Amino acid sequence: MTFLNIEFLVASAVGLLTAAGIYLILRRRTFPVILGLSLLTYGVNIFLFASGRLMVNAPPILNKYAEVPYTDPLPQALVLTAIVISFGMTAVVVMIALAAYLSARDDKIDMPHHPEDEGEDA
Amino acid sequence: MNHFLIAPVVLPALVAPFIIMVVRHHMDLTRIFSLASTVLLLAISLVLAAQASTGEIQVYELGNWSAPFGIVLVLDRLSALMVLLTSVLALIINLYVIGSGWDKRGANFHALFQFQLMGIIGAFLTGDAFNLFVFFEVLLIASYGLMIHSGGTRRFQAGVQYVVYNLLGSTLFLFALGTLYSVTGTLNMADLAVRVAEIQAEDTALLRVGAVMLLLVFAIKAAVIPLHFWLPASYANAPLPVAALFAIMTKVGAYAILRMYTLVFGPDLAITEGLAGAWLMPAALMTLMIGAIGILGSYRIGRLVAFGAITSMGTLLTAIALFSPEGVAAALYYTLHSTLAAAFLFLVADLVAQRQGIEITAQRLMPQSGLIAVLFFTGAIAMAGMPPLSGFLGKLLVLDAARDHDLVWWIWGTILIGSLITILGMARAGSLLFWKSHSITEPPSAEVSAPYEEEANEQDETAVRSGPAALPFVACFALLSGLILLTIFAGPASHYAEATAAQLFEPEIYIKAVLGKVIP
Repeated sequence: MTFLNIEFLVASAVGLLTAAGIYLILRRRTFPVILGLSLLTYGVNIFLFASGRLMVNAPPILNKYAEVPYTDPLPQALVLTAIVISFGMTAVVVMIALAAYLSARDDKIDMPHHPEDEGEDA
Repeated sequence: MNHFLIAPVVLPALVAPFIIMVVRHHMDLTRIFSLASTVLLLAISLVLAAQASTGEIQVYELGNWSAPFGIVLVLDRLSALMVLLTSVLALIINLYVIGSGWDKRGANFHALFQFQLMGIIGAFLTGDAFNLFVFFEVLLIASYGLMIHSGGTRRFQAGVQYVVYNLLGSTLFLFALGTLYSVTGTLNMADLAVRVAEIQAEDTALLRVGAVMLLLVFAIKAAVIPLHFWLPASYANAPLPVAALFAIMTKVGAYAILRMYTLVFGPDLAITEGLAGAWLMPAALMTLMIGAIGILGSYRIGRLVAFGAITSMGTLLTAIALFSPEGVAAALYYTLHSTLAAAFLFLVADLVAQRQGIEITAQRLMPQSGLIAVLFFTGAIAMAGMPPLSGFLGKLLVLDAARDHDLVWWIWGTILIGSLITILGMARAGSLLFWKSHSITEPPSAEVSAPYEEEANEQDETAVRSGPAALPFVACFALLSGLILLTIFAGPASHYAEATAAQLFEPEIYIKAVLGKVIP
């Protein structure tokens, strides 16, 4: 079972999350789209985390007394920032979507056209 | 180290929470602080522009961590120019918003406005790719709030689309940054430039993927075809003065393309050769054409100006995609012009929309119709690039810069035909709004205005006109005089643009300033 290593697992997790996310953001209603966005951000967070190479049982600290394995600390800082931002953004999009739903009594993501809008391109 | 360099980011970042937490309940105090902050911002950016015009590149190391380990802010001619443009625009729009009472129609307008300025200016100043992402998010999250300011069903629905589209863009940005980091091990732009140049050509598959993804992200921000779909609906449904501020937001995308693809993935770099010429140029020309056709087909005034903004982005990116010093200089001059012109037309559109609604139809004569007609006429001339205003000079510079390009006939043809269609569309809208109105005397029929009655009533109740009624016109004339100054002082302005372009095409100086060492 050499292919079931951590690289394979992480890579397939990123791929699955991204694929599911893209499928969901193509839906017509707001709720699945927001779920899809969340899945996409999870996918990209894992991807960012892996961009400094995957190390197991290694501290993110250089040791000046001995040659010990260490992991790159920068992606951990990056992914922390990305998690916070995506969390905040998801909260904002939920609130705006809720406002749109309560105001329009409709949670479709496309703009409903007024009767005189027939033939509009977008 | 010159601490002045971080002032334009820190100032709005301090004023915004102060407005939220201390003076939230006093509209007058909020306005005073917001206005004072934008005036101060203008003063700071004038000083910074004066410092940058010597040609020296200043670097500010945050927390005194030297690059590439810490985050740096970099001030060169391009950043100083964009910061100055932002603060001029911010002051004028702030005046307009106060004068027209838009800031009273919802909560926390001024705080969001300050946060938006912080994000835009930070994006122009930063020298770190991940920090660029963070500032993008700051400006986006403030723009989400501004876009749905004062509410309304259509505005919320357009807001959802806008937020979702931009969240996707942000996710793609993170994928691009992760890819670049995994190849180069750095995200400092100057360090990226050094590392990218060192990598062997056969190991660059991932790097090329990263470069293309990054271009896509910036193309979303700059509303390049086929990634422009977020722009018309969101700009047309946002409060129109906010849309005027958003005129600088698309320029952030253009700025990022210019910065990354002159510094990191320079035009001489073999691995990304053809990216700009083969992809960006046709896309930019398509953008120009679709924008012009959109102007012709618009039946609401917000959409009309939004498509005008797309057209000007097309022209701008055509000039950038030439990737020659002349092309970039023309693009910079055109950036100044098109930002002012688009903001000007958005404000005039708001004047019209406040008086007779958002439809471009002949209705009864609106108050101050003559004055607004003159403003719309000048704005349309500026947008279409007709003489005597600066749009003409800008387009002439772009045409001149494209003379030696392979696609010269395509470029000339598209720009000229696009301008013609723009003139037609603007003339159609203007004559419907201002000329045909003279022949209508009876009130508009009930069925036409019915769908908007609800919104109109909403606006009447909340539109408490407290500011002096002349202030919106003062703001419009300020933008107009900006355009006229840009025409009169076209010589000095284009010299500055040429010096900026020359600086952009010598990335070694930038790298040396940031990293403090000479690259081999």
